[in-house]
Amino acid sequence: MRNIIKNYSVEYLQVLNQEGQADNSQMPDLSESKIKEMYHLMVLVRVMDEKLFKLQRSGKIGTYAEVRGQEASEVGSAFALEKNDWMCPSFRETGVFITRGAPRDKIVQAWRGDVRAFKSDSRNLPVAIPVGSQTLYAAGIAWASKLRGEKDVTIVYFGDGATSEGDFHEALNFAGIHKLPIIFFCQNNQWSISTPKKLQLASDTVAQRAIAYDIAGIQVDGNDALGVYKATKEAIDRARNGGGPTLIESVTYRMGDHTTSDDASRYRSEADVNLWKAKDPVVRLEKYFRNIGTWNDDYGRWVRETCEKEVDEAIAKALAVEKPGPDELFDYVYAVPPKDLIEQKKILQEEVKQRGL
Amino acid sequence: MAKINMVQAINEAIKSEMARDKKVLIMGEDVGVDGGVFRVTDGLSTQFGPNRVIDTPLAEAGIIGTAVGLAINGMKPIVEMQFIGFSYEGFHHINHHVGRMRQRSEGSVSCPIVLRGPSGGGIKALELHSESPETFFIHSQGIKVICPSNPYDAKGLMISAIRDPDPVIFLEPEKLYRSFKDEVPEESFTVPIGEAKVVRTGKDVTIVSWGAMVRLCLDVAEQLKDKVDIEIIDLRTLWPLDEDKIIESVKKTGRAVIVHEAPRTGGYGGEIASRIQEKGILYLQSPVIRVTGFDVPYPQFALEEYYLPNAERVIKGINSVMNF
Repeated sequence: MRNIIKNYSVEYLQVLNQEGQADNSQMPDLSESKIKEMYHLMVLVRVMDEKLFKLQRSGKIGTYAEVRGQEASEVGSAFALEKNDWMCPSFRETGVFITRGAPRDKIVQAWRGDVRAFKSDSRNLPVAIPVGSQTLYAAGIAWASKLRGEKDVTIVYFGDGATSEGDFHEALNFAGIHKLPIIFFCQNNQWSISTPKKLQLASDTVAQRAIAYDIAGIQVDGNDALGVYKATKEAIDRARNGGGPTLIESVTYRMGDHTTSDDASRYRSEADVNLWKAKDPVVRLEKYFRNIGTWNDDYGRWVRETCEKEVDEAIAKALAVEKPGPDELFDYVYAVPPKDLIEQKKILQEEVKQRGL
Repeated sequence: MAKINMVQAINEAIKSEMARDKKVLIMGEDVGVDGGVFRVTDGLSTQFGPNRVIDTPLAEAGIIGTAVGLAINGMKPIVEMQFIGFSYEGFHHINHHVGRMRQRSEGSVSCPIVLRGPSGGGIKALELHSESPETFFIHSQGIKVICPSNPYDAKGLMISAIRDPDPVIFLEPEKLYRSFKDEVPEESFTVPIGEAKVVRTGKDVTIVSWGAMVRLCLDVAEQLKDKVDIEIIDLRTLWPLDEDKIIESVKKTGRAVIVHEAPRTGGYGGEIASRIQEKGILYLQSPVIRVTGFDVPYPQFALEEYYLPNAERVIKGINSVMNF
């Protein structure tokens, strides 16, 4: 005997097409003012991005990972979260931090390599550098919420490259077995530094990887803020109501270099980039407003100016913060520092004093 | 007081802490109905149910990684590695997150897991079932590392580890699991983390050791008692290191031998010897000697007896410091 015992399909969602025309059957439940709020945040992310890039070039911050091109993916998804939900970022989620209300100056301070920026009572975890590893602790966080019967959900961000890591697969497996309230949000931006998606995974979509773990999965146009919002909101509602995890593949494009230490012209063509320029997520939302007749240029200018002012103030505040002192090196390794660390701290304090730093 | 072995002692510790604190849970491969391959978690599943005694998929990175998240979100996970050598499959979570979460968030987020598992050799097990990886964990920073040598300490230290606000790696010498019994109080008690213990007093030479090797050293000391008066320090906690107790003893005896199972180079013996000469060189009558495993991977078990430090090698070490 030989039968088909299972059939699977992969869903794709787009609300706004490239011309900003809405598929009204798929419109999310968002008021006009909420969509404007989202647009405002996306512009804020873009402005922050531009200014942080320049700050790196002038040596005021360290290596920076640009968000450019992924504003809809980041703002659209984070916009669907509640304050008490947990957010586990990778390292390119400046837009998510902004949407989650993280103090703007702290965002700048973090890119100055200052760990004090991550001192927070929010449920935004610090940036995770080891690619994909955050998917597992995110699953653990969601697990704890579920064990205590709490309604909070966890969202974890990662890129297409992270889906090659074993941790990602283990996280989906654990989440599937225990029906954890978690959203695995993959920003498939087509590139892991210089490695293109086709060398990263054999499968056509990232979304179909959900099938193997029997969890919900969906692919969404990652440059469509409304589509991203809708897919994420549905996943969050499902998770909150005991329906378990979702893998969302947000198909987008990294318009900038991997980081300020990278030069993408070494490995990708201008033509490829231009193809995606036409899909710009901020412009697409502007087109949408034009299409429904709620756009005017004064509003656009006002948004841009307001965002520039907000970011300039944040930068000024962050740059005025004094460098961390030697205590920061030792004080947070253990709840109570052991004798060796106390001794080493004293030695460093002496050295700093002598050098008059 | 009942006489119990180390498996029973650790079981009692976990059981009493789980009864005391609802946040405590234990997770790992076969820890539930089966009670773990060494039966350390025997009976816990029946008492506390599958949400607190969790049979996980066979995925060490997944187990340690999710435990990190459980701890971040207020739980107190005890993570069983079926054998500590398997922790290498999840080692990146220990190094990347367990030891760093507190510092990386300036104390906003911490990760107080207890990661425990059978370690060390001597039971003719398969490959990677007999590892002594203590220095990997110590060098990862931000983590405390414990290795008891008897049931009493195992119980008291396990309770301390579970109550500790920081992550603890708890190395259980598998050779000692059932090899002898101790008088251990039935009620809860703690043995403080970070305190070594002088388990035998003497005036001629200080032996510093931990885990299963402490038993070996005690036997040797007894064997040599008419010739050499040996003091033995059982570190119990490897990190933070109780340096004072070591230096104090060496100042008295003027001689030190360090005995451990892990390979020699980069082993903890080097660190201890270094501290002895830094703080006590003028008291030393001879160089500090290390009796350790060889600088080879822990072998398949037909070669195990060649690898492991034995009485002859410990005696040779003692003789060399006595006759320098």
